[in-house]
Amino acid sequence: MRRFAILLAAAGAALGLTFAAPAWAKTIRIGIITTYSGPLAPPGISMDRGLTLYAKLHAKDLPKGVKVRIIRRDDTGIAPATAKRLAQELVTRDHVQFLAGSVYSPDALAIAPLATEAKVPFVVMNAAAADLVRKSPYVVRDSFTLWQVAMPMGEWAAKHGMGDAYTAVSDYAPGWDAEGGFIAGIKAAGGKIVGSVRFPLNNPDFAPVLQRIKDLHPHTLFIFVPGGPQSTQMMKTFNALGLAKAGIHLVTTQDLVIDSELPKMGNIPLGVVSSGTYQEASKRPANRAFVAAFQKAYPGSIPDFPAMQGWDGMAMIFRVIRQTGGTFAPAQAMAILSHYSTTNSPRGPFHIDPATRDVVENVYIRRVEKLKNGQLANVRFDTFPMVSDPWAKMHPQK
Amino acid sequence: MHQALSAAISIGFFGLAYAMVLYLISVGLSVTLGLMGVVNLAHGAFAMFGGYAVTELMARAGLPFWAALIAGVVLVAAGGAVLERVLYRRLYGGDELDQVLLTIGLVFMSLAAARFGFGTLDQVFHPPPALAGTITIAGRSFPTYRSFLILSGAALVALLWLGLDRTRFGAMLRAAVDNPRMAEAVGIDTGRLFAVSFALGSGLAALGGGLGAEILPISPAYPVQYLVDFLTVVAVGGAGSIRGPFLAALLLGISQTAFLYFWPASGSFFIDALTLGLLMWRPRGLVPAA
Amino acid sequence: MIAADPVAALAARHRWRWPEALPWLAAVAAFFLFPGYLALGAQILASILYGLSIDLVLGYGGIVTLGQAAFFGTGAYTAGLLAAHGMGAPEPGLIAAGLAAAALGALSGLAVLRLSGLAQLMATLMVAAMLQSAADKASAITGGADGLQNMAVGKVLGLFAFGLYGRTAYLYALAVLFLCFLGMRALVHSPFGRSLVGMRENAARMTALGAPVFARRLIAYTIAAGMAGISGALYAQSTGFVAPDSLGFDRSGNILVMLLLGGIGRLYGAFIGVPLFMVAQDRLSDLDPAYWYFWIGLGLVLMVRFARGGILGLAARIRRE
Repeated sequence: MRRFAILLAAAGAALGLTFAAPAWAKTIRIGIITTYSGPLAPPGISMDRGLTLYAKLHAKDLPKGVKVRIIRRDDTGIAPATAKRLAQELVTRDHVQFLAGSVYSPDALAIAPLATEAKVPFVVMNAAAADLVRKSPYVVRDSFTLWQVAMPMGEWAAKHGMGDAYTAVSDYAPGWDAEGGFIAGIKAAGGKIVGSVRFPLNNPDFAPVLQRIKDLHPHTLFIFVPGGPQSTQMMKTFNALGLAKAGIHLVTTQDLVIDSELPKMGNIPLGVVSSGTYQEASKRPANRAFVAAFQKAYPGSIPDFPAMQGWDGMAMIFRVIRQTGGTFAPAQAMAILSHYSTTNSPRGPFHIDPATRDVVENVYIRRVEKLKNGQLANVRFDTFPMVSDPWAKMHPQK
Repeated sequence: MHQALSAAISIGFFGLAYAMVLYLISVGLSVTLGLMGVVNLAHGAFAMFGGYAVTELMARAGLPFWAALIAGVVLVAAGGAVLERVLYRRLYGGDELDQVLLTIGLVFMSLAAARFGFGTLDQVFHPPPALAGTITIAGRSFPTYRSFLILSGAALVALLWLGLDRTRFGAMLRAAVDNPRMAEAVGIDTGRLFAVSFALGSGLAALGGGLGAEILPISPAYPVQYLVDFLTVVAVGGAGSIRGPFLAALLLGISQTAFLYFWPASGSFFIDALTLGLLMWRPRGLVPAA
Repeated sequence: MIAADPVAALAARHRWRWPEALPWLAAVAAFFLFPGYLALGAQILASILYGLSIDLVLGYGGIVTLGQAAFFGTGAYTAGLLAAHGMGAPEPGLIAAGLAAAALGALSGLAVLRLSGLAQLMATLMVAAMLQSAADKASAITGGADGLQNMAVGKVLGLFAFGLYGRTAYLYALAVLFLCFLGMRALVHSPFGRSLVGMRENAARMTALGAPVFARRLIAYTIAAGMAGISGALYAQSTGFVAPDSLGFDRSGNILVMLLLGGIGRLYGAFIGVPLFMVAQDRLSDLDPAYWYFWIGLGLVLMVRFARGGILGLAARIRRE
């Protein structure tokens, strides 16, 4: 009888252990799909650094016994078929509970239907095509849309004597959105567009395109290229052809003067006015802490808006884990994500609009200036407070 | 009228600069194809390493532009000579599929090596200060570096053609392209000739890659990304021909620039259609070799 | 030695031998052994079909092509567009894709096959490049660089839905591959197939013998284009997605490498080269892809030096010795 009792106790303990195991060693798997290699990699690497840093610094804030495992996959650039396959593998092989990342919109658009099918929340940390959030109820975005950023730029330009503008954008969805947003903004404020051009996304040489603009000689030129190495290439060509010297005023979005590329541009971008959601030079305490941590972890590198978006996206995921203690259904996670709100992001305040699952945030008007330490930086001088995506308002969902 | 003239000048200028780069890189490819019968799909890698030599030696070793360019050409030409001895030699007159396999293998290895050595990003090329900015000619401003590119390209092409016309080496090369058996019969050491021409072609590619780093940015994807352009120049110009590819480079450079100037978004389709048309019209090239 | 009975010799070549069952047994075994990898498996099977189409053009037809993706992509977009416009039944989509690609093959073959050597290689490349630019630009129809959105692929045989785990896709691709393979095998062992090989070896002699060289090559090119189209449709239907890269240079070049790796003109080269390449790529993708390219490149160079004819060529030589 006694032996039986011991056996029973032992079996109970064993059972208890097996049942208890998930409770004290619960691992939340997060699948990151972003661009780690190829010519378009820098924003992806930046994003990864931001999100990795957040996860590292805040692991201590997780509920007791809950751990986070980040599984990284490289979509290699604008490669939607690859992105979709990677998302499928993350879901079926690695059983991730979140998908996140995506620098480029075509990749995110390909992943969205899979998020719906697999019922896995997908936190978009950069991809900026306006209609992306409508492609799946499991998509939530913490970055921006190009309509959201470019429209204030157009308004500002028209109100400051730059109402005769020419637009030049990369020929893909975010480029079209930047063009549409800027034109809508400039028209709303009484300006006009004298011409528009779209150039191929993978263009080795911008010179003929810019030379035509120089020959046409508009007063103001609005440019959009995806932020990263193309930014430097474009700014250098702009300078080599002497467009500024010819008296053409450049306005743009934060992509062309992305903080991390500024050191490669020499003095070329001095004075360029742009609209954006984040500047590394911002003196807000939350940002100084972020920048300090970033530069301690990755010496010699400068955090930019993709890094900030990776950081904030991971903060959103961590909030889900903390509020639920690590056990949650996909719908529950989506509810928390789409009601997310903070005043303490490096960018300033922002929240997610639960109706659209898209981000609402300040859009800053900045100018490239030389700081006291001799480095160039985007410095804010005007703010459009708490802007939501204008495209969604203008195109109500049927 | 004024606008049309201004457009024509712009297109001519940028088209010419681009054509020079295309020609310098592609002429070696034409020679290997015409002389040795090798489809060298790895030819772009020579241009890429020329470009890396220039940008890296300038940025890391602080060499001046000229020195870096010359060092790059010498290094790549030497590398080409070694590869010719060890690998390419076995392919002469051989199976086309073996050529494709071996040279694609070399492309893969070169892009891996470039990634390993220099990272995945485009190299930032800064022209030397003397060639930066713009110059004004007849009231119009032109980018200085590209003006230099056109002038130096023209000088190099003249030098090359003159050299092939007037020197003993040039005569042997032309003879060997026309009729390799006859050339050997009259006592030309074709083995040595092939090695020297291969090194020359690789060196010219490196020169084009280095000079053209502003127009065709240097990255590990380079040998694949621009391969089609180089092959087009040779196929349209005439494989084995020295002057045909120049004509093709001009045609391609100027028409690509014109499309980028007027209709940047839909250019590539029409360029490809034009190329296909030219190939159907002149299957052996605009200036067939012999 | 001359075979005593040529008819019997030909029939012997046509007869099935037991090792030919191995790939199919392996494919069925893989279905049960690797349930987490069936999506990849379906893509491998579709790529084997694509490799077979290259083998027919290049290995048997002797036509050097760097533009087979034109047909792969045409098939993918045909199936994709049908599914995006309410005609998502997979089997008719597959047939339509094959026919569309074959039509394009016949049309472009009329031009491309008049050329030879470098001009031919470039012409195949240009046809694919033009289609890719067109797919990129016609974003109202194709979705442009974003790829084709909203594909709704129906159920196989009206019964089995394409799920997240790729079980249906795998078996569907396996069945389609098997049927196409039967056709291809019969074709290459037929007098038509033998005459293709004859033309590859010596086109002038075949012309002198009165064989209609151009017409036969055009037929082979068209059939291969149809097979590539079906393969593209398999890809599109099983992933529910098509983007312009399905018409790209990589798509044409990589399959060539895979086939050459396995061995060309041997019918089974694709069955060896494609899985080897794609599984290695999948396994090594977690590492730096730079290493992957270096080793595959070195492998190709060494193969030309020491193992001409690919893995099957090497195996045949070892067996002979």
